[in-house]
Amino acid sequence: MSRYVSYRDFDWGLLIFVLMICGLGVMEIQSATVHTKFAGSHIRQVYWILGGVGAMFVISAVNYQVLLDRIHWFYIAAVASLIAVLLFGQRYLGAKRWIKMPGGNHFQPSEWVKLILILAVAKFFADLRHRELSWSDFAKAGAIVVIPMLLVLKQPDLGTALTYIPIAIMGVFLGGMQWRQGLLVAVLAAVGVAAVFFVPRVHVLKSYQKQRLTSFIDPELDPQGSGYQVEQSKIAVGSGGLWGGKGSQTHGAFLPVPQTDFIFAAFAEEHGFVGALGVLLLYFIVLMRLTQNAQTAPDRAGAFVVMGVVAVLSFHILVNVGMVVGFMPVTGIPLPLMSYGGSSVLFMFLALGMVMNVRMRRFVN
Amino acid sequence: MFGRDDKVSEIRLTAAQYAILAIFLVLAYGLWRLQVMQSGYYASAAEKNRIRNVPILAPRGKILDREGRVIVDNYPSFSALLLRDSSRDLNADADLIAQGLHLDPNEVRTRIRHFSALPQYQPIFLKEDITPDELAFIDSHRNELPELDTIMAHRRLYPRNGFMAHLIGYVGEVTEDMLNQPQFELYSPGDVVGVSGVERQYNNALMGKNGARRALVNSHGREVGLLGETAAIPGKQLKLTIDIDLQIAAEEALEGKNGALVAMDPRTGEILAMVSRPTFDPNDFAVRVSRDEWNKLVTDPDKPLLNKAIQAQLAPGSTFKIIMSVAGWQEQVAQELHVNCAGSAEFYGRRFGCWVKGGHGPVSLEKAIYQSCDVFFYTLAEKLGIDRIAKYATALGLGQKTGIDLPNEVSGVMPSEEWKIKNFKQKWFAGETISVGIGQGAVALTPVQLMRAIAAISMGGRMVVPHVVNPQELPGDYVETSHVTETQNIPIDPNGWTFITDAMSRVLLPEGTAPSAHIPGIDIAGKTGSAQIVSLATRAKFKNSEDLAQNGWFVGFTPRRNPDIIVCVLFQGGEHGRLAARLATQVLKAYVDKQHRSPQKLVEKPKGDGKVDIGALWTGPESDKLEGGRFALDLPKRPILAAAAAPGIAPEQ
Repeated sequence: MSRYVSYRDFDWGLLIFVLMICGLGVMEIQSATVHTKFAGSHIRQVYWILGGVGAMFVISAVNYQVLLDRIHWFYIAAVASLIAVLLFGQRYLGAKRWIKMPGGNHFQPSEWVKLILILAVAKFFADLRHRELSWSDFAKAGAIVVIPMLLVLKQPDLGTALTYIPIAIMGVFLGGMQWRQGLLVAVLAAVGVAAVFFVPRVHVLKSYQKQRLTSFIDPELDPQGSGYQVEQSKIAVGSGGLWGGKGSQTHGAFLPVPQTDFIFAAFAEEHGFVGALGVLLLYFIVLMRLTQNAQTAPDRAGAFVVMGVVAVLSFHILVNVGMVVGFMPVTGIPLPLMSYGGSSVLFMFLALGMVMNVRMRRFVN
Repeated sequence: MFGRDDKVSEIRLTAAQYAILAIFLVLAYGLWRLQVMQSGYYASAAEKNRIRNVPILAPRGKILDREGRVIVDNYPSFSALLLRDSSRDLNADADLIAQGLHLDPNEVRTRIRHFSALPQYQPIFLKEDITPDELAFIDSHRNELPELDTIMAHRRLYPRNGFMAHLIGYVGEVTEDMLNQPQFELYSPGDVVGVSGVERQYNNALMGKNGARRALVNSHGREVGLLGETAAIPGKQLKLTIDIDLQIAAEEALEGKNGALVAMDPRTGEILAMVSRPTFDPNDFAVRVSRDEWNKLVTDPDKPLLNKAIQAQLAPGSTFKIIMSVAGWQEQVAQELHVNCAGSAEFYGRRFGCWVKGGHGPVSLEKAIYQSCDVFFYTLAEKLGIDRIAKYATALGLGQKTGIDLPNEVSGVMPSEEWKIKNFKQKWFAGETISVGIGQGAVALTPVQLMRAIAAISMGGRMVVPHVVNPQELPGDYVETSHVTETQNIPIDPNGWTFITDAMSRVLLPEGTAPSAHIPGIDIAGKTGSAQIVSLATRAKFKNSEDLAQNGWFVGFTPRRNPDIIVCVLFQGGEHGRLAARLATQVLKAYVDKQHRSPQKLVEKPKGDGKVDIGALWTGPESDKLEGGRFALDLPKRPILAAAAAPGIAPEQ
C-alpha cells in the first residue's frame, strides 16, 4: 500500500477560485470601511487569509483517517467545551459565546464544533454498511448533531446553531435516507418554523430573535428597529442596479456592518447585478468542484467529509445572500470567504484543508 | 480496502448538485428582482434615505402652587447633539469634541458605544445646558466637526437654595435600571424623567411627548431641506396644594436646623407646606450630576436627600400621649384615672422617671396632657396593655403608610404583641408597654403619620389621606388611580376628643409645657414631645454630644374646634418640644396673618356643600398685582426663588 502523498494532487484550481472570492472580499472590506472606525480591516483580513491558507496546508498533511479514528474524543471535547462556555463563558451583549483564554484571547468554541461535527457525521455514516438507513441509525445521526446544537442555542446563538442542521441533513441524505425519513425531516422542519413564527409562547428563541424573524415577515411593521437592517440592505442591493453605483448606502453608513454580515449587499450596491452574479458564479464553481472531489474520494468517509463542507458552505451562502436580498431573516450568519472576521476565515480554510486532505489521498488504496 | 459498492450513491450526489443549483437560481432571482426589476424604486429609496430625524424636545409641565403661582419653571437652553449619520469616524473626533465641550474623551466614547444600537439617523445627546463658549465652539467647527449640532431644550428651573427640594424632587436622564422596570417601559434611552418627589410621582402628567423634525441632508450631513415636522406636545402643568406663603414661613422656621415640618388642612388632607432639612439644590442635578457631588450627598450623615417628613422613622415622644389619651378615653380608663406623680414610679420591678424630677403631685387626664406627666401615662399604659394601645394607634394610621402621593414613603413601627413575635420571635414583656405609653420604646413614626393621626382626633375621628395634588387638578388617566379623597371615620366619643383638644389648648398657656410659643389672639391646641434617641445613661457617657441630643416634636392645630390647619414639627437635636412648638407657631401665625390680610373673603358664605376652598379665601386683591402668574417674593434677606432668563446668566444672588 503506497503512502505517497504529493502536493501535485492538491486541488490548485479550487484554491485559485477560493482566493479570487477572498480577493473580492478584501476589496469590498476596504471600500466599505475606508471612512469609518473600521478602516484598515482589509489588511487584517489579508493576514487572516494568509494564516488560513497556512492552516489549510497543515491540516491537509494529516491523514483524515487518523482524525476519523479519534473522532469520538474530539466530539466529547467539543461538547465539553460548549458546556464550559455555558458555565464559565463571558457574557457579551446578552449572550455567552466566548471563553476567556489565558493571554487575553477569546475563544468561541461553536465555530470549531462545526468542523468536528462534519467529521463525526462522516465517521458515523462511513461505518454503516447498509444501503438503506434504519430508523435507529437515523435517530443516532440526528442526536450527534442535536446535542451540540441545543447547547449553542442555549448561549443563545441561533445563527451558529442553525449551521449545524445542514451537516445532519446532508449526512442523512447521502447515507441512504428513506423517503419516509425525508418526509419526517421536512415535517419536523415545517413544524419548527411554524412554532417559532406563530406560537408566541415558545421559549426556544429569545425575544430579539423572534423580533428579527417577525420583522422579516413584515419589515414595515418596524422600519426603524430590527426591520431597519433588512430594509437598508434591500435598498443597497436594489440601488446598485445592473452595473453598480456610487455605494451611498454603504458609505453613508445606512447599511449596518457592511464589512461582515452585509458585505454581499455592499458588493452588490457597488458592482451591480453583473458583479453580484459574478460572485455567485464563483461560489457555484467552488461548490461544483467540491462535489466533484466527493465523487473521486477514496472511500465513503472521505466523500462524507467533503459533502459536509459543501452542506455548510451552501447553507451559509443561502442564508446570508438570502438575508441580503430579503428572502431570509437576519440571523447573523456571515458570508464565508468574503465577510470580515478571523474565525469565519479560519474555519473555511480548515474545512477546505480537509477537502484537500481527502483529494490528495484519492489514489491511496 | 473498500469496494465500489462502498462508495456514496452517485445519484444522490448528483441530486445534491441540482439542489445547490436550485439555491443559486433562487438567489440569482432575488438579485434580479431587486437590481433589475425594481432598481428604479430602490434607487429613489436610497436618495430618500438622506433624511435625518431631529427631535423637538417637549417642555415639562410647570409646577404651580395652590394659587397658580409658579414654583418650578423651565428656561431655554442649548444641548450639544451628536449626529451619527455622517460618514465621520466619531471615535477619532472624540478628543476634539471632548475638548471643545469640556467633557472627558472617554465619557464621549462610552456614550457613543452606549447608544450604538439605536438607528443611525437618531442623534444622541452629548451635553446639556452648554455654555456660550461651547456654543461658539460648535458654531466655529461646522466644517471640521459636521457631526456636532445644537438643539434648543427647555431645562428645569427649580427654586434655589433647596427651597421645597424634597417635595418637588428633581429630574434626570432615565437610567438603564429604570428602563428595565415595567412602569418605565415606554421611555427610551436619553429621556428625561422625574427621579424623586412630585417630579417622579406625576412624571407621566408632567412629561410631554417629543416631536421630530425630518430634514433632508446631503451626503456631508448638512441639512438642505425640511420634509415635515411633528410638533412636540408639552407636558401638563400641575397645581399643588402647597401654599407658597406658608411654605416660605416653614422654610424660614427650619432654616439652619435639622428636621422636618409639615402643614396640612385636616379637613381635606391637602398638604399646605412640607420642609425637610438639611436640603439640597436640585438645580445641581438638572444637568447630569457628577459622581463626587452625588457621593457627597449620599454619604452625608445628615442625609440631605431624605424627605424626613415622610421618610424619617423616629420615636414620637410625648406627642404620643394624645393617642394614649384617646385610647384611654375610649376604653373608659382615662376619665377616672387619678395619679399622684412623685417624680417617678415603679412598674414590674423597674423605676420609671417623670421628666419633672420633683413630680407633678395629683394628676388627672387634663393636667397630664398639658403638663405632659409621664407617670400618669405610665399608669395608663399599664392599665390598657399594649394590645389595646396598638388597636387605637393602628386605627389612627400609625405604623402604616399614610398613602401620601409622594414616592418612597416609609411605614414606621407601631409595636404590639403580634408584631414582636413576628419580627423578633419573642414574647412581649409587659415592661415594654410602659415606655410605649410616653412614645418611647419601639414606637417609630414619620412626621406626616403623626400629624395625620392627631388631625383625625382634632376632626372628631375623620381620617384623611394627605396629598400634595388634588385629583381634580390631574389629567384623566390619573384620577382613577388617585385615592387621596378616600376618608375614613374612626368612631371617637365626642366628649372625649373635645376634652382632649381642650386640654391641648392649655399646652401653650402659662401652665402648659410650651408657654413661650404662645401667640396672643390665636387659639392653638397642640402637644409637645421630646424623644430620646439613646438612653440617658448612654448619652451621659458621650458627654451630651450634639449628635445624641433629644428630638423635639410639636403637633398643633388652629382653631381648637373645626381646625383648618395642622402643623407637625420634628426638630432633630432640638432638646425640648417647646422649641419645636415655637417653630410650628411661626407657621400657624403666618397662616392666620394671611387670612387676616384678605378679610373680605372671609365673610363670604361658603358655597356648595359647605366646604370652604382655602385657596379662594386667600386670593385677595394682592394677587392682581402678579404679572402673568409669576410672583415675586418680598423676602428682604434672600430671594429663594429667582428665575434665570437665559442660560449662562447666573441668577442674582
